[in-house]
Parts: sequence; C-alpha cells; structure tokens
Amino acid sequence: MPPLFLSDLRRSSAANVVAVHEADGVSLRLLEMGLVPGTQVTRVGSGPLGDPLEFELLGFSLSLRKAEARRVEVQVMQEVCEKDASQR
Amino acid sequence: MNENDKSLRVALLGNPNTGKSSLFNALVGGQQQVGNYPGATIEKFVGRCTHEGRELAIIDLPGLYSLNPASPDEQIAVDVLLTPNVADMQVMDVVVCVLDASNLVRNLYLTTQVLELGIPAVVALNMMDIATQAKTAIDVEQLSAALGVPVVVTHGSRKQGIVELRSAIASAAVVATTTVTFSESVEAAIASATTATAAPAVACQRRRFLNELALSTDVESCVDEQVESKQTSEFNAALDLCKQQLDAAGDRISMEPIARYAWINQVVSSVVERGDTDHSLVRRRWLDRVLIHPFSGSLVFLAMLTLLFQAVFSWSGPAMDLIGTLFQWLGSGVESLIAEGILRSLIVDGLIAGIGGVVIFLPQILILFFFIGLMEDFGYMARAAYLMDNIMSKVGLSGKSFIPLLSSFACAIPGIMAARSIKNRNDRLATMLIAPLMSCSARLPVYILLTAACIPERRVLGGWISQQALVLLSMYSLGIVVAICVAWILKKTILKGETPVFVMELPSFKMPSVSIVSRKMFQQGMDFVKQAGTLILACTVLIWALAYFPRSEGTMEQLSATQTSGIQLRNSYLGRAGQAIEPVVRPLGWDWKIGIAVLASFPAREVVVGTMGVIYNLGDQEDEASVGLRDHLRNARWDDDPTKPVFTVPVGLSIMVFFALCAQCVSTLAVLKKETQSWRWPLFTFVYMTVLAYVAAWVTFVVASSSLTV
Repeated sequence: MPPLFLSDLRRSSAANVVAVHEADGVSLRLLEMGLVPGTQVTRVGSGPLGDPLEFELLGFSLSLRKAEARRVEVQVMQEVCEKDASQR
Repeated sequence: MNENDKSLRVALLGNPNTGKSSLFNALVGGQQQVGNYPGATIEKFVGRCTHEGRELAIIDLPGLYSLNPASPDEQIAVDVLLTPNVADMQVMDVVVCVLDASNLVRNLYLTTQVLELGIPAVVALNMMDIATQAKTAIDVEQLSAALGVPVVVTHGSRKQGIVELRSAIASAAVVATTTVTFSESVEAAIASATTATAAPAVACQRRRFLNELALSTDVESCVDEQVESKQTSEFNAALDLCKQQLDAAGDRISMEPIARYAWINQVVSSVVERGDTDHSLVRRRWLDRVLIHPFSGSLVFLAMLTLLFQAVFSWSGPAMDLIGTLFQWLGSGVESLIAEGILRSLIVDGLIAGIGGVVIFLPQILILFFFIGLMEDFGYMARAAYLMDNIMSKVGLSGKSFIPLLSSFACAIPGIMAARSIKNRNDRLATMLIAPLMSCSARLPVYILLTAACIPERRVLGGWISQQALVLLSMYSLGIVVAICVAWILKKTILKGETPVFVMELPSFKMPSVSIVSRKMFQQGMDFVKQAGTLILACTVLIWALAYFPRSEGTMEQLSATQTSGIQLRNSYLGRAGQAIEPVVRPLGWDWKIGIAVLASFPAREVVVGTMGVIYNLGDQEDEASVGLRDHLRNARWDDDPTKPVFTVPVGLSIMVFFALCAQCVSTLAVLKKETQSWRWPLFTFVYMTVLAYVAAWVTFVVASSSLTV
C-alpha cells in the first residue's frame, strides 16, 4: 500500500502521525505544534477552493496548506471517530 | 528596567492565544509603559506592581510556540531569555509561563523548554474555566510536582488568582530539576559542548546547542551571529559530531519534539482526567462550521468588512460634527478676542484650521482600531487569514499577510509592524511594501473632503447607494487591486521565492475583553493625536508662514479684500513655489494651489486637508463667517479664468487617485527603514508609489474629462 499523507485524509476521518518528512524549519514547526509520531489528527474542513485544510489535534485547530499537509505521513486508525463525524 | 533597579525582573511568556495579555493587564493594572526593543520596532510592554513591599518589573514577551524561533517576534522573546544584553535587558530573575489549561499538551512544549533555562519559574494555569467546561479535570498539585515549579490557577480577564500569582513570583526561587532528557549520545554531546562554560550559563548553552542542532542548512539562520562566533571550539566540535550522528539516523529535526512530547504525554496522562463531552470544543466546531465554511464563511467575512466600514464612516458622524463645531467655535472665539493681524492669522488660519482638520478624524480611527481589536480578541482574525489564504497564495503570499494588510486600513504603521509574524524575509518585505497601498485612515479625510466638494450627491444603482459612497468604495478597491498587482510583480521579480507556507493555529473563541481592546484603542488614538500635535502642527505652521509672507502692504489699497488676499497668496513664497511647479501638476488637472497642498503634505497625507484649509482660508476672505472648507473648495476658481471652478469631478477624482496610491507619509517610510534596517526599501517604496500615483492620477483625469464631456 502506498504511504498515506494528511493531505489525503478524507473529511471527518482521523489518523495517527507516522512521520514528518523533509528536514527543514517548516517540518520542525509542524513537529513542535504536536505532529509527532503517534498523535491523532482529525481532518475537519477546508477553506474556500479547497485550500488550506483544517485539522484538529491535541484539542486545538491547526490549518495547513495541502503542500504542508503532504509532508506528514499518517496511518488511518481502525475505528473512524463516529462521534466526531456526527458532530460536524 | 534600569541598572540600579532593585525590583525583581519577571518575564511573562507563553503560546499565542493563552490570554497572556489580559493576565499581564490584571497583574500590573495601569502601571505599564510601551517601549521598543533596540533595533526593532517590536513593542516592549513593561509593567510594574508590588507584592508585600517587593517591586516586580514584569515584561510581557511576544507570544511564541518554541524557543527555536521561526519569526522575528519569536526571536525577540528568545533573545530576552538567552542573550538579554542583545535585547538591552538584564538577566531575568523569574519566568512566568502562561499555560492555556484547555490546550495543555501543546502549551507544555514551550514550558518544558523554558524550565530548562535555569531561571526560577512559575506556571500560571490560565483559562481553567474553558478546561472546566470541557469537563477536563487538572490535578494542579500533581502538575506542580511533575514540573518541579509552583503552579497557580489564574483567570486573567476576571482578575482571579492574581494575588496568588504575584506572591508566587515574589517568592520564586525554584529552578526546575525534573526536565526532559534526550538520548545518551545527545546528552553526552551537550555535556562536552558545555564543559568550558561557567556554571550559571550552562542551561542557556544547552538551549543554544539544541537550537543549532535543529537548524538545517536551508533555513535562514535565526541565531544571532554574535553569539555564534563566541562559541568555544568544544561547542562547535560536539555540535558537528552530534549533527552527523543524528543525520545518519535521520532524526535531527524530530529528536527534540519527539522526546518532549513523550515526556509531556506521560505527565499529562497522570495529571489530567478528560471528560467525555467537551463543550468548548463542540461550541468552537459549531462556530467554525459557519465562520470558516467556504460559502457561509465568505459571506460572514464580507458582512464583517461591510459592518466595519459602515461603522467607520457613519457611526463616527455625530462625534466628528461635535469636534468640527468645537474648532469652529474656537476659531471664531479667538477671532473676536484678537485684533486682525499676523497673530490672529497664525492662530486662526494656521493652528486652529490645521489641527482641527486632522483631529476631526480621531473618532473614525478609534472606531476602526476598536473593531480590529475586537475581532482579534474574539479569535476571528485567524479565521479571516484562513479564508484569505487561497487568494493571497495566488499572488505568492499567504493568509498571514492578510492581518497586516487589514490593519493598514487603519494605519500602515501598525500594519507594517504586524508583518513581523511572517517568517520568510521576502514575503515579509512584499507585505510591508504593499501595506501603504491600503487606504489608511489618513486618506479618509482627503477622500471625504474631495467627495463632498467635487462629487454631486446623487443616488445610483436604483437608489440603493449614493454616488459619493460609490466613489469612496472605489478608492478603497483601487488600493487593494493595485496592491495585489504590485505584490504579484514583486514576488516575480526582486522578491522572488516560493509561495510561503501556512501553518497557523485557529485559536478557540473567547469573549473579547472590552477593557483590553479599549486600552489598545486609546493607545493608538493617543499616538495619532501626538502626531497631529507635533509633525502636522509644525507643517501647518510652516505652510501658513510660507503662504503669509512676504507681506506686500500698501500697494493694493484700492482693491477689494478678496482680490487683495488672492494676490497676496500668489505673491507669497508658497505661491511662487506653487506657480513654479504648476507645469508638472497641470496635466493632472490641478491648479498651483492643489499642487502646493500636495507637495506640502509629503510628511503626512492628512496634512493636505490642513494645508488646503490654510491656503483656501488665506486666499478667500470673502465671507467672515467661515462656511467650512468644503464650500471654500466649491467656490474656488481658476486664477486665469474666474468663471471656471477648480474642483470639478475629474479633478476631484484625480486628486483622490493620487492620494490613494502615493507614499506621502514620513512615519511609514521611517517605520520601513526601522523594520528593514536599510534606506533602500523606504526609498524604493516612495519612488514606486509616487510614480504610480502620478501616472494613475493623469490617466484618471484624462479618462474622466473625456467621458464626462461626451
């Protein structure tokens, strides 16, 4: 199976971070904002014309462009958050 | 904070949106001053308070996410902590970490970094009410034990826990001992890097080492070069070795965040008990569903902007009328007290007409700042940036440039300063260079005066909107459209670069604090008045003098009063200079009086209103009772053809277009110089904007004249 990234995540689905690719300042900030391996991230919405994307992690909202979300490799969790889905 | 100060030096820091500034206000009350850090225009807020006779000098640092700085304002906060002398400060005695209790995990990231700095620390657990709403129970004592420093529960906007926090600060002596440890090889490298360092500085060296370690080659260096060159050879050797080791394992960047979050998760799992329903989260999601939805969000956004401009333009009416009446009353009062002559002319035509013309706009400026403050405090500004990001990215900028640009509608100076949150140098420059194109409140006087004087009051578009409002709207749109084009060109040419990244937190909504917003509004209003009191005052007096002298008494006794004052003005220094430049401004449809008013408004755009007030007051003594500048302008005629009015529709439009695009503002240019540390960019801005303004004004005049005569 090809690796999955945050940018591929469907609306209202959750995934766990596997790794943040590219070793630069942007990736460092993504990691510092909590996107470390193991963190659960939920895709909540997207801005006008599909970019940027809005995610929820550790109880706060973070918006990233698709280009940045493409750096974050994730793994979809077995149980999709039904509760989150119904709330949106 | 001066040298012989025995007060305790306290740094207040935390993530953005933690309620840090309301906590700062609650701690120090009115005892605060705003200054600047040396070499930068980042505002430095210092406040004082006492606890049981002990004075605390508290500095409110800019909000930051990590001690590994990613933007100029984060850099300042890091400088104050690591290299206080660079920031013109002394070593801090106590650090207060402000934590958002509802967002504990991510907030603790910065805290763990700060706790390692070897400075006694206190943790202020803020916004516990939101955490309680979220049914999250935090064991404060256990958190304090885990972090190794006192933890105080506070609520800044309700002034709760403030005395306890002051007391904890005053008695703070504990340096945290339980901190995050990294892998053996990293710890060994840090140990060998700091062997030559004296004991108190070891903790700061550890931080510098970690910052250097995470710094990759393709990121513009944020670490102060002064410090870098001072590092010992042991430090550099250990750093290089450690970099190689981590690079081989492929986790040089992720090493620190992974270790810290592992530590934090362990602490939080034992300290926090999460409820099953998170009401604040539900509310935020619900609000966001409307506010940042592609469709309804855009509608709300437009409605907000409409409301903002509506408030600025119509709600300010009564207050402006009041100020106008006051100055008129003042003028006629002085006229009745002082005999006609030079002194009366100076006071009435120079001072009162000049200052009155500017102070009258204070209500609009206050309303604009109040609204922007409310939206910022509520958490809407980040949403606006989110909505605007897509459009901004099309011209090579990001949504983050939107906030500086929106602030620039009030004034370009806070706008240019707000650009500091932009990480990349080229994007920051591009934002700063287009910020002065936004129609700031100083243009408003010009627009309002000229619209009132030149544009006939008529309803258009089926009676929905007045023609004057439409002209006003087009001037604002013109600035925006030109700014977009300029940004696009800049990013394609001299400020080449990738479209910047956009990583932004959407903060939780909170009830805006009217006291904080008002305080900020009055601060900015005061700045405006001070400017009106000095720079603008000096200019209007100078203009008055140039228009008043030299007096040619006695030669024109046989002429009427009107003719006398007209000839007098034309023969004055100002008049002579004006006629000399007339050929330059004639293509724009202007007479020499307009030319000179524009030239004289180089220090500040709003001066043009005062200058016109002075020029047309001096040149038009027809009616003793002042009928207002608007009517003076309407009555103005060309010198060579007394039947032809000067202020026709094309002339009015051409002046307004010129002012929409010109860079007539010394303060903006000075701030650009300060922020970019070079004369190159202010000079560039002045030249490009003036050329643009001249050409656009000419085109406007030609097009408007031909289309109106057809």
